[in-house]
Amino acid sequence: MKLIFELSVSGREGASLPELDVPEQELGIPDAKLRRDIPLPEVSEVDVVRHYTALSRMNFGVDSGFYPLGSCTMKYNPKVNEEIASFPGFKSAHPYQPEELSQGCLQILYELSRDLAEITGMDAFTLQPAAGAQGELTGLMMAKAYFKKRGETRKKVLVPDSAHGTNPASAALCGYEVVELPSDSQGGVDIVELENKATEDVAVLMLTNPNTLGLFEEKILQISEIIHERGGLMYCDGANMNAILGIARPGDMGFDMVHLNLHKTFSAPHGGGGPGSGPVGVKEHLARFLPIPIVQKEGERYFLDYDRPDSIGRLKAFYGNFSVLIKAYAYIRSLGPDGLKEVAENAVLNANYVMHKLKGTYELPYDRICKHEFVLSGKKQLALGIHAMDIAKRLIDYGFHPPTVYFPLIVKEALMIEPTETEGKETLDKFIEAMLKIAEESEKNPDLLRNAPETTPTSRLDALTAARKPNLRWRG
Amino acid sequence: MRFVVNTEKERREMMDSIGIESIQDLFKDIDEKIVLRRPLKLQLPLSEQELMDEFSKISRKNADVESYRCFLGAGAYNHFIPSIVPHLIGRSEFYTAYTPYQAEISQGLLQAIFEFQTLICQLTGMDVCNASLYDGASALAEAAIMATNVSRKREVIVSSTIHPEYREVVKTYVEGRGLEYRELGWHDGITSMVELEKEVSEKTAAVLVQNPNFFGNLEELEDIGKVAHEKKALFVVCVVEPTSLGLLKAPGELGADIVVGEGQSLGNSISFGGPHLGILATRQEFLLKVPGRLVGMTTDTKGRRGFVMTLQAREQHVRREKATSNICSNQALNALAATVYLAALGRNGFRKLSQLNAQKARYLQARISELDGFETRFKKPFYNEFVVRCPIDPSKINRELAKNHIIGGLPLKRFYRELEDCWLLCTTERNTRSDIECLIEVIKGISV
Repeated sequence: MKLIFELSVSGREGASLPELDVPEQELGIPDAKLRRDIPLPEVSEVDVVRHYTALSRMNFGVDSGFYPLGSCTMKYNPKVNEEIASFPGFKSAHPYQPEELSQGCLQILYELSRDLAEITGMDAFTLQPAAGAQGELTGLMMAKAYFKKRGETRKKVLVPDSAHGTNPASAALCGYEVVELPSDSQGGVDIVELENKATEDVAVLMLTNPNTLGLFEEKILQISEIIHERGGLMYCDGANMNAILGIARPGDMGFDMVHLNLHKTFSAPHGGGGPGSGPVGVKEHLARFLPIPIVQKEGERYFLDYDRPDSIGRLKAFYGNFSVLIKAYAYIRSLGPDGLKEVAENAVLNANYVMHKLKGTYELPYDRICKHEFVLSGKKQLALGIHAMDIAKRLIDYGFHPPTVYFPLIVKEALMIEPTETEGKETLDKFIEAMLKIAEESEKNPDLLRNAPETTPTSRLDALTAARKPNLRWRG
Repeated sequence: MRFVVNTEKERREMMDSIGIESIQDLFKDIDEKIVLRRPLKLQLPLSEQELMDEFSKISRKNADVESYRCFLGAGAYNHFIPSIVPHLIGRSEFYTAYTPYQAEISQGLLQAIFEFQTLICQLTGMDVCNASLYDGASALAEAAIMATNVSRKREVIVSSTIHPEYREVVKTYVEGRGLEYRELGWHDGITSMVELEKEVSEKTAAVLVQNPNFFGNLEELEDIGKVAHEKKALFVVCVVEPTSLGLLKAPGELGADIVVGEGQSLGNSISFGGPHLGILATRQEFLLKVPGRLVGMTTDTKGRRGFVMTLQAREQHVRREKATSNICSNQALNALAATVYLAALGRNGFRKLSQLNAQKARYLQARISELDGFETRFKKPFYNEFVVRCPIDPSKINRELAKNHIIGGLPLKRFYRELEDCWLLCTTERNTRSDIECLIEVIKGISV
């Protein structure tokens, strides 16, 4: 595939602009500030359309096929939500247009906050964070402000060894010292270790529940009690909320804060890596620290409340990734209370079904009921010289997107599989069949795996050279 | 149930296969005490038709820049988006994909991001650009943190002519990390050079300015850069309105070490403030300190060109607490929109677009200055925004304009107490001459 720059032909134009309809004037900008030329490509509209259409055909999305990428909740993204987000009153509303001309947008923000609070068992929400990682940062900053207000200095954040990398990175960005918490033999938090490490200078325990092994933290109440007894706060990474919608709520488990990934649980598309959205919910005692502004309602009027002296400030301009928020709210309104619960039930059923069929052929390090996802280990195949990555790449040849590999870090040769509720049994069966076939191939014809994928525009890419001699832009 | 595929019969088969009686058996690991014993208190589900009707009704409570004539910018700009942009980014192979971790089935997006990185380098005059950040404000904050990591100094100096919400974000990030945040005053609509020279010291990690600045004025970038560099501070230039780069010299040619920006103007909808597009480009020597994703060119086992995410040792999923940032997702789809947009506009179109923006603003400025009591507040060169001092409260003008389906400018008293009677007006290529005349007529009709 050529690059767009390589298609450039001097003089071609891909867009039409109106003629200047006002008298042309001297701009009054000094010459030293003006540029002579801008080296952008010169292509026609058809060139652009063909080029990016061709590129799209070299990409795999949820609409292309099964996408069991663990921890990412790659469920179907309802088309109607895209339609709704592109209503002119939403996509073309200006964030600074007068409040009385923005009542519809503010209503969406208000009602979504209210519903997310109900779903998570929290008291108040900010919709501002642009993604889960920014949500984590928001939560930790609020924790910091909370302890400052109480005149306490707490320096540590506890993070399980199975956590997403963003957890420790967010804590570090906030100036906290990260203390890693080992998991026990059941894949949960090791309570003895927790007792030892939950000292008086621990500000927050960050926990994903269900955790990244897809397992529910059975001792969650005990964990919360230990942290709270010592004055700390409980933060829930809500990345895996899909497993417990309408069944259990972080707020009832003792969490003081939670972030949600609307682009996972609430069906907003991932967009090839973003935009996401990571709203944060808190219990009453932390509400005063939420970022500004917060949407409030007075009578029938919605307004933005900036008068919040204890607020941690602002994480992002304006009010959050609004069009992602609309899609999440439309999703909640499509499903209602029972529908959301059925999402969790079916996501969990699908995961357990696939797990049940694959364990034995692949090693299952934690053999218990899973929630929305489960983690296999490719250890048996490793003994044959086959890596988790080889299995992943071979799945591509069978028409599937691979699972997440090598995460969580505590499982050797991890293959993390999350089917989601929007897949039917026959798709799951085909996937199971492919996985079993691949296990067989790894014994009988391992080169098929090592050379995979063979059906894609490129074979495996040389990541090492890419990193050693970075080539990050085209130079003509 | 909507979006759940399996029928009751299929579920039964799956349960039998697992060996469970009911779905509830799969939730036995959740403590009875925390199982929710009631339905969630949410509204009842809507069919697709009802949903569309309901949201359409809500959307119509809003003004929008399609049905109103808009003279409001201030960080979100009403540019025309060619039809090919939504059509191409609406290809579901792009927008329903995850982050391109599996390169072989993500070549489309990876190549598009590589093109994006290149296009942004061409606009900004920098060597390298990342795959995008959340928005302009958080990109500026990331740049400030990055500069403290590069220089190993702790103080960040921020011009007060930067977008006020951007400054708030920088302050939140910088102080959240225990670093020092200081603001510089302005003089005649641009960063005060006197204050700059007084404040910048050997302790300064970075000097942050916006160009065109929040008032629309052009800063003296070269001079500011020199002051910063004399004290070995990094010079960070923030471009909130990137269409200005079709007209203005690239910040990279004026001494910038890091250029951040907001890419909303480049083919992304205003969407009530998001999702927009954070841009961060820098010089080669700072590459390893760059936050967020990067896409690089490489070859496959058969020697064919291909693209991968690279230098991931900087990122949180590898380095955890030692990462350059906590950022994980980017704004891939918005970056794709910018890529398609810039490719379509191209070398000539993009220049012409900048000219249209600047010319319309000149015309509006001339027309409004003819009105009694209205005067241009600053005598500085500007791009497509400028500040007007009004004889009437700007909020009152906006209320009158709204009655005539016009979204007026931003009353600056909201952010600058000293500019109580000032109004920030913006034009883009979207504003026709008749829009401008209409604005002028309505203002004429308002009694003082």
